[in-house]
Amino acid sequence: MSFYRDVTKKPWNTVGLPEGIEPRPAFNMPNEKVALIFFATCASVLFSLLVVSYFIRMTVGDWVPLATPSMLWVNTGALALSSVCFHFAVLQSRKTGAVRFGSGAGLLSLAGGLLAIVFIAGQYSVSEQLLAAGHGLRVNAANAFFYLLTGIHVIHLLGGLWVWGKAQVRLAIGTDAKDARLSLELCAWYWHFLLVIWAILFYLLAST
Amino acid sequence: MAYVPLADQDDAHALHDPQSFVTKYIWSQDHKVIAIQYGGVAIFVGLIALGLSILMRLQLGFPDTISWIDPAFYYQAVTMHGMIMVIYLLTALFLGGFGNYLIPLMCGTRDMVFPFLNMLSFWFYLVSVIILLASFFVPGGPTGAGWTLYAPQSISHGTPGSEGGILLMLISLAVFIIAFTMGGLNYVTTILQARTRGLTLMRLPLSIWGIFTATVLGLFAFPALLVSAIMMAFDLVLGTSFFMPAMMELGTQNDYEGGSPILFQHLFWFFGHPEVYIVALPAFGLVSDVISTHARKNIFGYRMMVWAIIAIGGLSFMVWAHHMYVSGMNPYFGFFFATTTLVIAIPTALKVYNWVLTLWQGNIRLNTPMLFAIGFIFTFVHGGLTGLFLGNVVIDVPLADTYFVVAHFHMVMGVSPVLVLFAALYHWYPKVTGRMFNETMGKVHFWCTFLGTYAIYLPMHYLGFLGVPRRYYEMGNTDFIPETAQALNANITLAAIFVATAQILFFINIFWSLRNGEKSGGNPWGATTLEWQTPDTPPKHGNWGDELPSVYRWAYDYSVPGMEKDFIPQNEPGMEFEKPRQQKGMEAL
Repeated sequence: MSFYRDVTKKPWNTVGLPEGIEPRPAFNMPNEKVALIFFATCASVLFSLLVVSYFIRMTVGDWVPLATPSMLWVNTGALALSSVCFHFAVLQSRKTGAVRFGSGAGLLSLAGGLLAIVFIAGQYSVSEQLLAAGHGLRVNAANAFFYLLTGIHVIHLLGGLWVWGKAQVRLAIGTDAKDARLSLELCAWYWHFLLVIWAILFYLLAST
Repeated sequence: MAYVPLADQDDAHALHDPQSFVTKYIWSQDHKVIAIQYGGVAIFVGLIALGLSILMRLQLGFPDTISWIDPAFYYQAVTMHGMIMVIYLLTALFLGGFGNYLIPLMCGTRDMVFPFLNMLSFWFYLVSVIILLASFFVPGGPTGAGWTLYAPQSISHGTPGSEGGILLMLISLAVFIIAFTMGGLNYVTTILQARTRGLTLMRLPLSIWGIFTATVLGLFAFPALLVSAIMMAFDLVLGTSFFMPAMMELGTQNDYEGGSPILFQHLFWFFGHPEVYIVALPAFGLVSDVISTHARKNIFGYRMMVWAIIAIGGLSFMVWAHHMYVSGMNPYFGFFFATTTLVIAIPTALKVYNWVLTLWQGNIRLNTPMLFAIGFIFTFVHGGLTGLFLGNVVIDVPLADTYFVVAHFHMVMGVSPVLVLFAALYHWYPKVTGRMFNETMGKVHFWCTFLGTYAIYLPMHYLGFLGVPRRYYEMGNTDFIPETAQALNANITLAAIFVATAQILFFINIFWSLRNGEKSGGNPWGATTLEWQTPDTPPKHGNWGDELPSVYRWAYDYSVPGMEKDFIPQNEPGMEFEKPRQQKGMEAL
């Protein structure tokens, strides 16, 4: 582990440029990816705490589990497909070396973003159905957790769509091809992360 | 996307040369300007919190002499004082202020890696402060639930500020957390990725290690506060029952059912205890550099200091429930958390020993920054030792909710970090302004602050032993408290007024010296770290002129035997070599 190797060095013993004249970042990846890893870890803590709170609150006697609407399976499929699209968009862009609006990678990324919008619309529709069926926030803590967990997940996805939107504009204008490709990679990473988070949340909501 | 090494990246993209007054000083993306913006707002809002504490002390020392300080206002003052000091002053000033100023300079970069995000971070912070202060002007005023905002107290009718103040507090915290996350991602990424050539992790000054670890703690701890704030806002606005149980409020049954107040406490303290170290770790780092520089000696046990910072950071997530011994939780939990609390004392004590050993046989310059740094060692040891008392369940139970606790946490995370802040502000003032401050005024400021704070907090320990409860607006007919306790309270208030007044000296000094201070030159202290080696003082936009510095040595080459000067800057080339292993005794450290 390089971090372990680094922090066990004795810096007072060495003078000069021990690692050569190149600056040595801790990770061989763009800064944006490092920041995204930290942000995803930060978001994981947030969702973990929500899940722990869910389990603690469940133990109180008034908990009435919410029947999982079947439409959530459709929404989950849309998000999974969205993630797959981004994955292939990245693979495609690596092959061709450039991303353009009409190219395979461009179209796949466009489809990925649109499917995420479908997912969000689906989640909204599920909430509407539940509210119409009388499963309001106040009725039971299980209901409240459903809206809270799905809502916070959607907010994270909206943040991703903001970056996706900017990348699409870049692709459409045709400038900053390098930045657009990086944005796509960031979107792919983030979408995979949010898919995993959603899978955990969905399992939690469906199994309890 | 392929990684492009820093050396091959286009350097110009980092330089977003500001052209107009607005882009230079208002919507600035320069880390130094953002640092000063952060610092200015933090100190401003800190002064409001200081004023609130004086009003509280007036009520406690001389009850009912000021007619408009009623119980509601008293609790609002307590709450806002605590929250502002911990979050909006200390966290913001250490990380937003010193973090922003020092990271790029000490790492030899031109700016943060995401300057625009950095600018947004400050403006979000400002908005959070405005929302917080706006709560003074809404019907019912700010929340008076205590800085811990415990449910169900905070949103129950009858608690001051339960109308709108609490909601503004929750919104303000959420905005602050967004601001912190934007800034924090910048700090960690810059430190990890953008260090200049030769600056390995173990050549970083301890200031950077402290700021880095505290930022990582913040990134992982603030989500707990965000979660609790969101859930509490749901309870308040939408009527959910995450934290709110069914209970009687002002004689009527409330609309809630089954909520768990203990859950709120767990979430709050999962954030709240790391928060102590979010404040303390940057202070540890900054004070290490101040002590080493002014003792003209390398920091003792550098590697252990780094490991101790990391260990404290990790352990800080395992001690949160020592704030909850009297909450009715399982006693076995208490045993576990008492153990972890005592374990965290080991790396902390190690740091204290190393500061003292750095001073040992050093060529100590007792100037203003050094006085504040040494003062910190005293107050920190003092507050740390009382922490060992309170970390044990059997001692904590009788002392909980007494003035002993107030004295403890003010010594350890009030006075101690503030003394470091002053040490750091005086130490880096010449770099920020290019001028020296008035040394005599600085020393008078130190002695008034240092002795004055002891006059405030030492007697509070005694009040705690007497059983004087904290959070009380007035004592009333409490037979077990002798009348002399009230005399002590009056004296504490006088000392508090004295200390608060003494801070005027600091402001006179820094503003007077801006114009009239002697020119400092680039490196008035003879310091080794990179920020003192900039071609211009104050550093210009881009920090380093045409070429980024190279780092050839660690940050603590002071009084190296056989050298002409008593310091060797990090960027001074030397013959490349590995020192021989005859320093065996030192290597163990």
